[in-house]
Amino acid sequence: MNETPKPIAGTASYLDDRLGAGSFLKRNLRKVFPDHWSFLLGEIALYSFIILLLTGTFLTFWFKPSMGHVEYQGVYEPLKGVMMSEAYASTLHISFEVRGGMLIRQMHHWAALLFVAGMMVHALRVFFTGAYRKPRELNWLIGVLLLTLALAEGLTGYSLPDDLLSGAGLRITEGVAISLPIVGTYITFFLFGGEYPGVDVISRFYTLHILLIPGILLALISAHMVLMWVQKHTQMPGPGRTEHNVVGAPFYPAFMAKAGAYFLFTFACIAGLGTFAQINPIWLFGPYTPADISAGSQPDFYMGFLEGALRLMPAWEINFLGYTLPLSVLIPALVPMGIIMTGLALYPFAEQWVTGDRREHHLADRPRNAPVRTSIGMAAVTFYGILWLLGANDEISTHFHIGLYETTIIGRFAIFLGPAIAYWITYRICIGLQRRDQDILSHGVESGVIKRLPHGEYIEVHVPPAEDIADHLRGKKQIPIVPGDEDKDGIPPKGVRGPIGKLRAKASKFYGTDHVPLDGDGHADGHGHGHDEHAAVGAGDKPRELH
Amino acid sequence: MTDNELPGPDDEARVPRRVIGTPAQGTAVLGTRPVETEVETPGVTLPDPADARKAERTVTLLFFVAFLAGIAFIASYVVFQVGSLDKTAVSNAALGGTLTVALLALASGVVVWVRRMMPKYNLVQERHEMRSDDDTRGYVDETFRAGAAESGFVKHKMMRRTLLLAAAPLGLAPLVLLKDLGPLPGTSLRHTVWKKGMKLVVEGTGQPILAADFDSPGGILSVVPEGYEHDLNALAKATLILIKFRPEDLKSGTIKNWTYDGIVAYSKICTHVGCPAALYEQTTHHILCPCHQSTFDATDGAKVIFGPAARPLPQLPIGVDGQGYLIAQADFDVPVGPSFWERGDAEADAREARGNQS
Repeated sequence: MNETPKPIAGTASYLDDRLGAGSFLKRNLRKVFPDHWSFLLGEIALYSFIILLLTGTFLTFWFKPSMGHVEYQGVYEPLKGVMMSEAYASTLHISFEVRGGMLIRQMHHWAALLFVAGMMVHALRVFFTGAYRKPRELNWLIGVLLLTLALAEGLTGYSLPDDLLSGAGLRITEGVAISLPIVGTYITFFLFGGEYPGVDVISRFYTLHILLIPGILLALISAHMVLMWVQKHTQMPGPGRTEHNVVGAPFYPAFMAKAGAYFLFTFACIAGLGTFAQINPIWLFGPYTPADISAGSQPDFYMGFLEGALRLMPAWEINFLGYTLPLSVLIPALVPMGIIMTGLALYPFAEQWVTGDRREHHLADRPRNAPVRTSIGMAAVTFYGILWLLGANDEISTHFHIGLYETTIIGRFAIFLGPAIAYWITYRICIGLQRRDQDILSHGVESGVIKRLPHGEYIEVHVPPAEDIADHLRGKKQIPIVPGDEDKDGIPPKGVRGPIGKLRAKASKFYGTDHVPLDGDGHADGHGHGHDEHAAVGAGDKPRELH
Repeated sequence: MTDNELPGPDDEARVPRRVIGTPAQGTAVLGTRPVETEVETPGVTLPDPADARKAERTVTLLFFVAFLAGIAFIASYVVFQVGSLDKTAVSNAALGGTLTVALLALASGVVVWVRRMMPKYNLVQERHEMRSDDDTRGYVDETFRAGAAESGFVKHKMMRRTLLLAAAPLGLAPLVLLKDLGPLPGTSLRHTVWKKGMKLVVEGTGQPILAADFDSPGGILSVVPEGYEHDLNALAKATLILIKFRPEDLKSGTIKNWTYDGIVAYSKICTHVGCPAALYEQTTHHILCPCHQSTFDATDGAKVIFGPAARPLPQLPIGVDGQGYLIAQADFDVPVGPSFWERGDAEADAREARGNQS
């Protein structure tokens, strides 16, 4: 193209005359985006959100958020003449009497699952690569907030159809809300407009679900994107990549086209799931009544950990001075969520305190190179995973022929032991992988070429690793340690005096000590281990002089 | 040790220089490695023109498939009607299938376009520290202080204090407005609609229950109060499970004179978080809540034998009217359903009250 086509050039000048967009574009059209498969995980969440907005808007055109009782007169034979809420009747209408309604409803549900799942794996990627470190702590906090809001958005969303399954979820929500000390009954009465279930909760959840929460989500997601744009993306260590540059493809045209294609892939996946994988067949559940429930009721996957926590808990309840503290509801409803969300939110700041590291970080850590962080992360994943599995303990019991109560009792032990074991195993794996890296750098890779030496010895030729791989391995960074050793007079340095300071020095040493240091330029250091593993076949070690 | 680290000069050509399983530098995942011809800009490797032409054919085909699938989507909307389970299934498959194919083909086309027709990029851009330089910070700091002084906010204490004073009640106003979201709980959680003489009817059919007809031990019914069959608020607290036992099966936890001929009525609302405790195992007489598996012993006053529920399911005193239909003798004497702060140890109070009566 020798000249920009008239319509584009004309529009561009028109806009630039009025907005001065030119200087923005000048800076940003060729903005460089680094590449790594794990950077795509957050995009799944972003695109799912866009699809949620599109499909959700479609659904609002027919959905009636009302708990008013009507007699069903639609086309679904088994429920004809049954009394039900307008919400449930209109959901049946969308499913069976609006062309594409079933598809869009199922896509909306699948997109919601993918939205939360995408956020979770994205958060894990950011956590395990240390991409939350300065200057990105604020964006990390926005992310934690987004995840929390997404759970609330999911909860308000799947309560809307008012079928028997969604009602069970709502009932549990009520049971949890009413258990809160002092304010519980008031919160419940304000939420439901009186006693459960009342006639208000669906329309109130509707407002929260389609206006308030998505509005906040949209604002926070925009802020998340802007911060990512301004701070530039982190990159994995590799050739030519430093803390002071970004290496990758330009926004225009490559990244733009890739992102567009990825949006379409996400859209296609969700459309495929909505078409071929039935989800939430509300017509099978029937309308909600507080008197009935079906066995095997399960919430959406992201609520499973709360369900598991509720199932796991022993029956603790305290009565004192005429008041009741239902710990068997309070602890599982608040503690796991509190540990996970607060833990996520505070982690960057706790790490900074422990390491004393206030530098900017733009090169991502490989998880093995921060073994304590990775192990803590895996312990948390295990904690969450065990709760999540126990949220389906009735299904596990049925399918694997384990006694129902046994699953719960095993879970009560596993919730404490599992994370500890996961921590230890992860730590060992990290150290093992670090040793392997060190080995590759100092001894090279096995070439598969066996060589016979003049004196008859067979050896396997080791060659230095390819440059890109070597650079990737050399990207390992030392984790700073707060100086904690006493000086010659036995006085510890400033900042690590007193019990908290001593704890900090200890934690810092534990967190930052590098058990497998890479030596300088990655050449053999003479004491690296693994020498014995070399495939030397033949006469064994001979004095060098014989050559 | 042997010197097996260094390959001889003739080894260079044939020894692999990487860990097996990792892609070579610059390898494209789709297609072959582009031949590095003319490089216009550093960091931009132009694609092989021959390969790009081949790729164009693939992309064109994919875009055309997307076009056809898009047309098929619109056609499916017109052709396939909804209105029954089967018709909806067909319409769903046609609409969703064509949409999926269209999006997938379009996405694949763009990917092939990017990977094989656009250059490979390895551009480098500098990062700058997020922090502004000291001059800027100094200027902002000075400007802030100057502005604060000019506004008089610091100097005029009275104004500042009354401004804060003015903001406080207005900040509370939105919270005050929320008060009418619901009534105050009062004592409503302590009562249900059951009262003396109210008939027990079967959930779903609304039939009253003749005690003489409900006579097979081990039988169970889900029961609601007559006149409230469709009142969800009433049902959320008043639904019962009715179980028939041989009188000798009943243990001390069950209040015998609240039963009728071995028929016991317990609240169906689980004392954990309020799911209907709907599963009953006849051989063990266990009532199980499917939500969180709280298990209650039906023969022994529905006391908890496993799970997170902390209290037994409350028992309702029942009897029969003149015609032999089951009726309630009174309301529950403890609150049903999940625990709440103001509940207190209602069981102890109720036991005491029952002790005083007898």
